[in-house]
Amino acid sequence: MSEPALATRALNKSFGSLAVARDVELTLPRGVRYALIGPNGAGKTTLINLMTGMLRPDAGRIFLGPDDITRLEPEARVKRGLVRTFQINTLFPNLTALEAVTLAVCERRSLTGTWWRRLPAHRDAVDEAYGILASLALGVHCHRLTRELAYGQQRLLEIALALATRPKVLLLDEPAAGVPRDESAGLFAAIAGLSQDITVLFIEHDMNVVFRFASRIIVMVRGRILVEGSPDEIAADAQVREVYLGGARHG
Amino acid sequence: MFGSLLGVLFDGLAYGMLLFLLSVGLSVTLGMMNFVNLAHCSFAMIGGYVTVTLMNELSWPFFATLPCAFAAAAVASVALERTLYRRLYRAGELDQCLLTIGIVFVSVAVAAYIYGTIQQPVQLPSYLRGSVTLMGMTFGVYRLFLIAAGLALTLVLVAALEWTRFGAQVRAAVDNQRMARGLGINVDGVFAVTFALGSGLAGLGGALAIDVVGLDPAFAFTYLVYVLIVVSVGGLGSIGGSFAAATLLGISDMAGKYYFPELGAFLIYLVMVALLMWRPAGLFGRR
Amino acid sequence: MTAAAEQIAAPHRHLEAQIRWRAIETVFWLATLLPLVASPSYLVLASQIAITALFALSLDLILGYAGIVSLGHAAFFGLGAYTAGLAAKHGWGEPLTGLVLAAGVAGLVGYASSFIIARFRHLALIMITLGMGLLLLEAANSASWLTGGADGLQGVRMWPLLGTFRFDLWGYTAYAYSLIVLFLTFLLVRRLIHSPFGLALRGIRENATRMPAIGASSRAHIRKVYTIAAVIAGIAGGLLTQTTETVSLGVLDFQRSADVLVILVLGGAGRLYGGLIGAIIFMVARDQFSGINPQYWYFWIGTLLIAVVVFLPNGILGGLNRLMSRWGNR
Repeated sequence: MSEPALATRALNKSFGSLAVARDVELTLPRGVRYALIGPNGAGKTTLINLMTGMLRPDAGRIFLGPDDITRLEPEARVKRGLVRTFQINTLFPNLTALEAVTLAVCERRSLTGTWWRRLPAHRDAVDEAYGILASLALGVHCHRLTRELAYGQQRLLEIALALATRPKVLLLDEPAAGVPRDESAGLFAAIAGLSQDITVLFIEHDMNVVFRFASRIIVMVRGRILVEGSPDEIAADAQVREVYLGGARHG
Repeated sequence: MFGSLLGVLFDGLAYGMLLFLLSVGLSVTLGMMNFVNLAHCSFAMIGGYVTVTLMNELSWPFFATLPCAFAAAAVASVALERTLYRRLYRAGELDQCLLTIGIVFVSVAVAAYIYGTIQQPVQLPSYLRGSVTLMGMTFGVYRLFLIAAGLALTLVLVAALEWTRFGAQVRAAVDNQRMARGLGINVDGVFAVTFALGSGLAGLGGALAIDVVGLDPAFAFTYLVYVLIVVSVGGLGSIGGSFAAATLLGISDMAGKYYFPELGAFLIYLVMVALLMWRPAGLFGRR
Repeated sequence: MTAAAEQIAAPHRHLEAQIRWRAIETVFWLATLLPLVASPSYLVLASQIAITALFALSLDLILGYAGIVSLGHAAFFGLGAYTAGLAAKHGWGEPLTGLVLAAGVAGLVGYASSFIIARFRHLALIMITLGMGLLLLEAANSASWLTGGADGLQGVRMWPLLGTFRFDLWGYTAYAYSLIVLFLTFLLVRRLIHSPFGLALRGIRENATRMPAIGASSRAHIRKVYTIAAVIAGIAGGLLTQTTETVSLGVLDFQRSADVLVILVLGGAGRLYGGLIGAIIFMVARDQFSGINPQYWYFWIGTLLIAVVVFLPNGILGGLNRLMSRWGNR
């Protein structure tokens, strides 16, 4: 049996008396599409921060494939294939879309140590970056400054940056947050089009999106994993209903 | 030996109280709005020059000039805040540094133009001059007064912060600005008042400093470095932190000058760099 | 060329077009030759400007491109200046090797301190750079047996450049020397900025949080660029000593760190030529004003600084850029 793509064991984190992660145990097999849902403040983004190394856990371990990555720096985790996107656009405002993705590609190819050849001379890197942008329908916008892109395009750029690092495990933090309904089609096409080799965990509030894309769902409440299961199981789970809908109403 | 140690501590404490007055306003406003106001010591300088003018030109008694020093600095700060600082609340640190450095340049030039570059003499009232002998050691009266005033003001500030409604709002705004706004606290208003009060305190500090360290147009620059040290070592937004850092700095400076005069301020800067490397958010700062 | 191939080729062309050497740059550098053919009374000022421009260029690398605010950059300028001075004073007056020595010492200290610098941000970083600059100044002051203290180094005598060009009293050799060093360093920096490393620096400036998330080791990048900037600042300091045959504590003081910051912001940080333009304007203005009254100088530079920050956040070059793009859109 091959090892899981990503796993956490007994992950704990508190800020003073506020426990944001309590004994979180996760096991994500390869290639599966997981949705992480839960009410606001449940600790979903915190969990991603812990897994990517932006936060240090108080206790517990994180495994990427066979490797224990608990002590690794965030950039080292990215180099091994654990990549995330941000809920709030965390982009490079004054870089063009092409420059931004090329930067990610160059980092992956360890080209950013070189300073004697000019950027356009690295044709392969630029071409690869352009290819990624084109696959997300951003090719025609590649020379525009990031801050001049429309919000939906910026969300796509978030994903482009993540893809440029050739992730094995991709953590998407509310990828469609703030994107109006009519613009989100491209976004979801992109997510659906992600290679089956990539394991995806995405945080989402829109249940339609969740049921459409996820093959398994994890529910988190107050720092703890409440339940995990297939979409049908979760939809029928009484505890989940109570947490989300206050018990009496039907979803 | 012991006597000189006590003397150094005493002088250091007095100097520290002065630094505290000069720094506390900057610490709180930095902690609240993250606005790097390098012109803070220009306000101190304004207070100093107001006292000098009132005493030397209009023969006012020393104590009467102190509230005016406070008020003048506070008013000047409000004027600057309304016109210039407001525009840069969202800007980066560099822009704020540069704007306020520009203001320092202008204030230094204006002071030099009006008052010239010489040190300003000030005649303390007779009851504050001289020294008093306690337990076989002499203590300067003015320094005693500074320590007493400093401690009293600290208590007033801490009490106001803990027990008044305004104080609670200040604490909330420093702790989490967004949350405070969400709770309906008028953060901008609180900041404006705090900024005025902090600048006023600096003005008061500037007035009180004349006899101890002198006043000339370079004051705005010279003491800026010390104030920045106090603020960054003490931790942003912390009155207790400023108090501790100011006292530490005052005593270290006196001790350095007394015991290691060849080293100059080297020790101070070394201690600061080392402290900041150990605790980048300051001794009492958050994050 | 098919439409598909043309689309793919386009990204390169666009990037290449952006970093092409422009005609106006040739005009600029040709104009820098003017003091050599005009009246020699401008040569001394021109040398000062070239040296200051080099210093500003070094600050632009860390401030304009990597986003590191340093209030103590004069430390490296001073280290280079004193190294060159000490070498000459103790018998080795050869300019070029002296300059290499200055660069080396500054670079070494820059490398060592870069480990500290790379770990901090925001106010702590500003204060640490300020503190380190002040530390060095105090140390230089105290070590008067080495540095000459407040009086400065005496007995700095330079040998002829390349064995043939004496440092003449007019300043021809000094200016030509400074200008060539500036130009060569500029070409190097230009190459660096347009490379993937330069792109990474801009990434750090634009969003330091995102960099680790794309696998970038920001700290390593910062250490590298800080060392390079220290080397260049050291070269500028060494040039000053060699062309003026003096060095005193003024090369290390806070005023110099503050001035170069003002210069860079005036011209526009992150724009390669910003430091050069800023240096020209600042030095010429100061030369004019210092005759009248030094206090007026502070007043006007302060007002100018306030105006630039409020109305021209990207400096003069940025303002020109905006003006030209508005013109272009008509």
